[in-house]
Amino acid sequence: MSPSLLEIRDLSINFRTEHGVTEAVKHVSLSMKEGSSLAIVGESGSGKSVTALSLTRLLPSPPALYADGDIFFKGENVLTMPPDRLRKIRGGGIAYIFQEPSTSLNPVYSIRSQIAEAIRLHRPEVKDVDAEIVHWLKTVGIVDPEKRMHDYPHQLSGGMQQRAMIAMALSCRPSLLVADEPTTALDVTIQAQILAELKRLRAEFNMSLILITHNIAITQGLCDRMAVMFRGEVVEYGDTQSILRAPQHEYTKALMACIPRLGSKEKRLKTIDYSKLTAKS
Amino acid sequence: MTTTASTASSAEVADLPLLLESPGRRMWRRFCKNPVGVTASIVIGLFFAVALVTGICSLLGVYFPYNPNTTELTQKLMPPSAAHWLGTDNLGRDVLSRLLNGSYISLTVGFVAVAVSLFIGVTVGAISGYFGGWIDNIIMRVVDAILCFPSFFLILTAVALLGPNIMNIIVVIGLVSWTGTARLVRAEFLTLRETEYVRAAKALGIRTPGIIFRHILPNAAAPIIVTAVVGIPDAILTEAGLSFLGFGVQPPQATWGNIISDGKTYLLDAWWLIVFPGMAIFIAALAFYLAGDALRQAAESRSERK
Repeated sequence: MSPSLLEIRDLSINFRTEHGVTEAVKHVSLSMKEGSSLAIVGESGSGKSVTALSLTRLLPSPPALYADGDIFFKGENVLTMPPDRLRKIRGGGIAYIFQEPSTSLNPVYSIRSQIAEAIRLHRPEVKDVDAEIVHWLKTVGIVDPEKRMHDYPHQLSGGMQQRAMIAMALSCRPSLLVADEPTTALDVTIQAQILAELKRLRAEFNMSLILITHNIAITQGLCDRMAVMFRGEVVEYGDTQSILRAPQHEYTKALMACIPRLGSKEKRLKTIDYSKLTAKS
Repeated sequence: MTTTASTASSAEVADLPLLLESPGRRMWRRFCKNPVGVTASIVIGLFFAVALVTGICSLLGVYFPYNPNTTELTQKLMPPSAAHWLGTDNLGRDVLSRLLNGSYISLTVGFVAVAVSLFIGVTVGAISGYFGGWIDNIIMRVVDAILCFPSFFLILTAVALLGPNIMNIIVVIGLVSWTGTARLVRAEFLTLRETEYVRAAKALGIRTPGIIFRHILPNAAAPIIVTAVVGIPDAILTEAGLSFLGFGVQPPQATWGNIISDGKTYLLDAWWLIVFPGMAIFIAALAFYLAGDALRQAAESRSERK
């Protein structure tokens, strides 16, 4: 059995607000092997992004409070490690791609200088940084990278910006890539391209991937395992194919029923009837 | 002819301004298109050149047109003439020479005091806005406390206690006037620290100072530059006010403020003692304000539309 890359044990995260304490994540346990891929599926507010950000302690604390549990990355506890060690893991061990590529890139720097900063920070041994940048931009499918790397973020289209973000994340050679709704801000054709790109890159670099999405349809083919989150809890966790074939939990079933199908005879799109779910959970 | 020329070059023209334009460059390009801003900058440039040349000349012992401190009592209170273009004062000193000599002091005070206040204001504001919480609370209450004092009298008292030399005046003006910059920078940081690219920078493992100074600060550069430019005439005016009250740079060293101060006794007999240095202060301050305003317009994304 390959060693465990990521081990989340009984993680609970609370937010202190003016109206008292909100439990955003409740007793979540997940684990990932080296080179595997996991989809975290759920609606807005289900705690999926909070779980993802907590992997490198990116939640501002306060208001966030790591109430309970542990996160082990390659055997080290992320929640208790000193800041210096944590900075090494951010980017170098676990890299992120965020939802909105247009705002995730700093508007005052060119793509080149942003990727260069990431490379210099995590791979100081690289001599020819420009060649490395060109290599990664080419890898993520940016045409004419020698010229485009001098562009500023606003000069790129949304798809290109997301590719640049992926290139920046990959250039640190992380063992785990966390894609937090990477395609939500993009239109459907670009979505398909980016997802295909992620799939190819994952295979090429034997990199682990956590894909966070509210779109249960895109997990198929990209992630081996899947965790469905609802109101801060993991309600279903297991093999993607088997969950999609035979969902056990009512929420998963409801979520899958909401996927619109072309040619369906239904007049209205399905929504989730929460009154039923509340009674169950 | 015009049509052929425009079609031939349209491909290049369309490419050129779009490619390789940083926000800073865009701001500069827009500024250059604003006639008010350009005129104001030229005026500022002229003041600068004059101050620099007379400053260097006085260090070398060369004076133009006369030594500003040479008294010639037979020539006192002479109206503007061919020999003395701007007249002479009550001790027979050439007003033009004193004005030129004083420009060096006045501009130095303006720039260095703003540099001091900018340094403190940006650092304090950045820390306050970025960290928030109790750090922000303490810093902002200190700022509020400083703002409670009428700033001019605070400066006046401090200079009176420390002794009125140029160094003290610059430092005191700088130490008192940073609060506005700090508040502005804090407000910018409060918004910018929540942006996705700051989170992305954190997720990359970049250190906190790097995030504050390299990732957030450049995005707040435009308003900071504008306040700095507008702060310069404020400092010049403060120095002139101090000199007028006798707490500024001490005689015989001329500054715009103390030329007016010396001349106020002779207001009705010798108008040139007040009007010319007053105009120098007025024009310099106006030029800085207009340049600051043009920079503000250039920094706003809205102004691209017109």
